[in-house]
Amino acid sequence: MKGPRADFAVIAGRMKPGAKVLDLGCGDGSLLRYLRESLGVRGYGIELDDAKIPTCVKNGINVLQMDLESGLSGFDPESFDYVILSLTLQAMKNSERILAEMLRVGREGIVSFPNFGYWRNRIQLALGRMPVNDDFPHHWYDTPNIHLCTLSDFEAFCAERGIEILERIALHEGREVSMLANLRGSLAVYRFGSDVHRIAQPFAA
Amino acid sequence: MDSSIPPRSLGPVTPQRAAFAEPLPLRSGRTLAAYELVYETYGTLNAARSNAILVCHALNASHHVAGWYADDPQDVGWWDNIIGPGKPVDTDRFFVIGVNNLGGCFGSTGPMSIDPQTGQPYGSTFPVVTVEDWVAAQARLADHLGIERFAAVMGGSLGGMQALSWTRQFPDRLRHALVIACAPNLSAQNIAFNEVARQAILTDPDFHAGDYLAHGLTPVRGLRVARMVGHITYLSDDAMASKFGRQLRAGRIGYSFDPEFQIESYLGYQGGKFAEYFDANTYLRITKALDYFDPAFDFDGDLSASLANARAGFLVISFTTDWRFAPERSREIVQALLRNQLDVTYGEIDAPHGHDAFLLDDPRYHALVRAYLERVHGALA
Repeated sequence: MKGPRADFAVIAGRMKPGAKVLDLGCGDGSLLRYLRESLGVRGYGIELDDAKIPTCVKNGINVLQMDLESGLSGFDPESFDYVILSLTLQAMKNSERILAEMLRVGREGIVSFPNFGYWRNRIQLALGRMPVNDDFPHHWYDTPNIHLCTLSDFEAFCAERGIEILERIALHEGREVSMLANLRGSLAVYRFGSDVHRIAQPFAA
Repeated sequence: MDSSIPPRSLGPVTPQRAAFAEPLPLRSGRTLAAYELVYETYGTLNAARSNAILVCHALNASHHVAGWYADDPQDVGWWDNIIGPGKPVDTDRFFVIGVNNLGGCFGSTGPMSIDPQTGQPYGSTFPVVTVEDWVAAQARLADHLGIERFAAVMGGSLGGMQALSWTRQFPDRLRHALVIACAPNLSAQNIAFNEVARQAILTDPDFHAGDYLAHGLTPVRGLRVARMVGHITYLSDDAMASKFGRQLRAGRIGYSFDPEFQIESYLGYQGGKFAEYFDANTYLRITKALDYFDPAFDFDGDLSASLANARAGFLVISFTTDWRFAPERSREIVQALLRNQLDVTYGEIDAPHGHDAFLLDDPRYHALVRAYLERVHGALA
């Protein structure tokens, strides 16, 4: 069993203790378990894979077997402090919709994805082959990833849709990268919120 | 040992009986002055009395949930595939109780029982009972057995409704509820099927307004049709197609009204078998209990408000091809639990068998129940 994934500590470091968290594509539930043990968060995970559901149960987390591609219609607006999409965005068909749903259901979204613009990927591509490495372990023909992007792509996407990026953390081998992030960071973590939501807050308060 | 006996079975089990002298007030406003409940138990109650699991039955089942009877080894409990030593509901760890509900026809006080007031079978005079009434009676059985708080209450279909109702009626008396292939209430379509089944019984000339036993009769034809209708709703279209398709018994069309297609003969067989052992008055009452169940009714249709007092942890499971209690209905329950910030795990099993899937041995389904109950057991005092 490997230790907690590189993005776990980064995600936990940005969260209030005791927060209410929804983890989309929670896998075996290890992130939620980590967050519960380190921060006492109250969480629910969503996972589709039959084989992972009992493992989530063994990890002591609340898991709901649902397909993220159908959205989050069973969840009330702003019912969570944070909605997390960890290393799942790139494998989703409807990535636009899920990001919108995250901001409907949560006050803040946290997304992590492998950076296709990381220099090693660029070199592999420049040499004429699709990247295959630790972050992209699959070949073109068997990869679940269908919506790969770079940090710049994601930021442009958010800007066009009024999604406010609250923080960007670029990582490589578990360490934060500050300079030339789109080149040197192999893994990206973004905290984001809705512009509209932030403007509306003073009135709601 | 007989080779036909399933592996890891509990072996021979014995029904027990408890009599209750304290009158039970019913939702209908009527009162049952005294009654008896037949039940079975498997495994051992621990010293802290904290490892009990109550299994609630659905429409046609009974207290005989697991194991078999010494005098009839073929009579295996209806949920034997999930309950037993080393099975998902592990009787090496849990003390498991099955109970025949009030109004039933397998030994608990019901329409076939003798009314002590008249010396005759209750028949038509037996009150209409509800899910809430059953749960109230089950709670008295728990008192009788010295169980203050169940580790879990579980059931499928109508049994799931009882588990759900437990979390509202006695929130402090259970740690977990396992609500399987269930719905927060019946849809109009569900009620419609029940009404067809009831009309089949009510219009059978042998029914005699419910007092058929006094006439030495049973409305066999009505019961048979009622079961045939019900059975259609337990199977998925695909399951029926793959099992029977358009197969003909004789291999050719006979231009008659005898059962010609395999599905016709199957339904007839199932209906006939059922009519031999099930009581028509019980059937009427259980379908009514299904129709009436609606915890949200007193809360302007707000299911989450109806569950505001619930404290249990929940395991909710649905099956994708179950069109009688479809996954959407289970997701309504999950949503209500989320609104109350309750602990809930939800499994949506992609099984081809329709509503009946909850009784079948699907490895994904059983793995989930096993994992959940292992967690429940791990947290026991």
